[in-house]
Amino acid sequence: MNTRVTIAGVELKNPVMTASGTFGSGEEYGEFVDLSLLGAVVTKGVSNVPWPGNSTPRIAETYGGMINAIGLQNPGIDVFVRRDIPFLKKHDTKIIVNVCGKTTEDYVEVVERLAGEPVDLLEINISCPNVKEGGIAFGQDPKAVEAITREVKRHAAQPVIMKLSPNVTDITVMAKAAQAGGADAISLINTLTGMKIDINRRTFAVANKTGGLSGPAIKPVAVRMVYQAAQAVKLPVIGMGGIMTADDAVEFILAGATAVSVGTANFHDPYATAKIADGIRAYMERQGVEDIRELIGAVK
Amino acid sequence: MAKEKKTVSVVSQECLSEGIYSMWLDVGDMAGEAGPGQFLSVYSKDGSRLLPRPVSICEIDRGRGRIRLVYRVAGEGTREFSGWKAGDQADILGPLGNGFPEVSPEKTACLIGGGIGIPPMLELAKTLSCKKKIILGYRDALFLHKEFEPCGDVFIATEDGSEGAKGNVLDLIRGQDIRGDVIMACGPTPMLRALKQYAAEQKIPCYLSLEEKMACGVGACLACVCRTKEVDSHSNVRNRRICKDGPVFDAEEVEL
Repeated sequence: MNTRVTIAGVELKNPVMTASGTFGSGEEYGEFVDLSLLGAVVTKGVSNVPWPGNSTPRIAETYGGMINAIGLQNPGIDVFVRRDIPFLKKHDTKIIVNVCGKTTEDYVEVVERLAGEPVDLLEINISCPNVKEGGIAFGQDPKAVEAITREVKRHAAQPVIMKLSPNVTDITVMAKAAQAGGADAISLINTLTGMKIDINRRTFAVANKTGGLSGPAIKPVAVRMVYQAAQAVKLPVIGMGGIMTADDAVEFILAGATAVSVGTANFHDPYATAKIADGIRAYMERQGVEDIRELIGAVK
Repeated sequence: MAKEKKTVSVVSQECLSEGIYSMWLDVGDMAGEAGPGQFLSVYSKDGSRLLPRPVSICEIDRGRGRIRLVYRVAGEGTREFSGWKAGDQADILGPLGNGFPEVSPEKTACLIGGGIGIPPMLELAKTLSCKKKIILGYRDALFLHKEFEPCGDVFIATEDGSEGAKGNVLDLIRGQDIRGDVIMACGPTPMLRALKQYAAEQKIPCYLSLEEKMACGVGACLACVCRTKEVDSHSNVRNRRICKDGPVFDAEEVEL
């Protein structure tokens, strides 16, 4: 049975990766899951300088999901390179570094710092709904998507995945803009902008007022967008949004995803990523599928 | 310390006071790993509620492999927990976080609990071998107070004055001039803020157990941070993770 998939020339042992921001740099969940069982670890977003993130409360549970507004807190590229990359290198998995910034120059600075590092792929976060500058501001205008993709590609030593926002009218326009800018792959969806109000305290449930909705509540939206994007571009698509089980993961793969990311499910079950990788193999066995690549985009 | 997610059985469930429940869980080896000030994440069986609820450990029975949780019904998740009966299964993750430090036997520790911050002080009171002054603050109805009596001198304050001294724990401490060499406390943020200031005035060490909305419970998601005085070595910014680096912090290092 073959579970290997290839994204921009990088071969993953299976299509299961982690969703940026839900898994740190792997150290905390490494106490529960052997990271070598995963296709790739996608790190928490890293910026050129340390970011303190938003005020608390930063999260709130919602029906079948959660809202988060962490605000991309991260220790900055220096600490990341010194501490987190050496940790991940000890495991037999691919390393995908999620990169965030406030300006194009910020993104470029991080990408250049990573050029000499043993990193397999870069994921460019142009879709975070929880920071005032950068993030989603780059991801909702096709011209900006194309421009930042081109600029990042010019400086990147590794293949580039552009992470797209679902908070747009037509996802295919953004997918095509990333392709036009030279992206090697796209990943979607980031969280949907949401809000929750605490009726007892009569205030917003998260301090940032709005936050990103994730979890199974958003899965049908994510599957639809992965399908649309996969139809619209020739690039490999990494699908995510509410994947809790192997069945959910297979749904994304059938819709056109070459690989999938598991995010909020980690909070519900710290063993979720490994269970999903196992469950995909069990599905293939049940269905008599010899090669996972037969499943990618099999539903047209 | 090894932490794990596992399915355990409920040994008993009891309502101690309005909205306050006591649940013993048969956790096996996890009891041997756990210490005072740590917490468990408890999962709902309802798929619409994805995130576990962090609940502080109230008591540990290592001999029988049991952990006691005393919690307040604060929403639908904890309301569900309160309906679990002896023999029911529960999914938990733990033990999580770092607990309270040791106190040398010749010292006197002031253990201070406010409201639903009282339960974690019970295992601490039972564990510490030093002299203990136990100060408990309630809004109105008392719970757990009798269980502290074998552990040290118990002082009680209620906001409505229905039991013990009228007022909050700090009014009681100042009013009766209750002194110790170290403060260990859990309770609402205004109480912890006042104790931090009081400890600074008295120039005594003070350890506070903090609370915040959590998602992962293991230090990955960065939801439950608290602000720190200095740049933290892990985060490289001025905050620390309550679930992983805490929930107990030296009062001097956090800003409340």
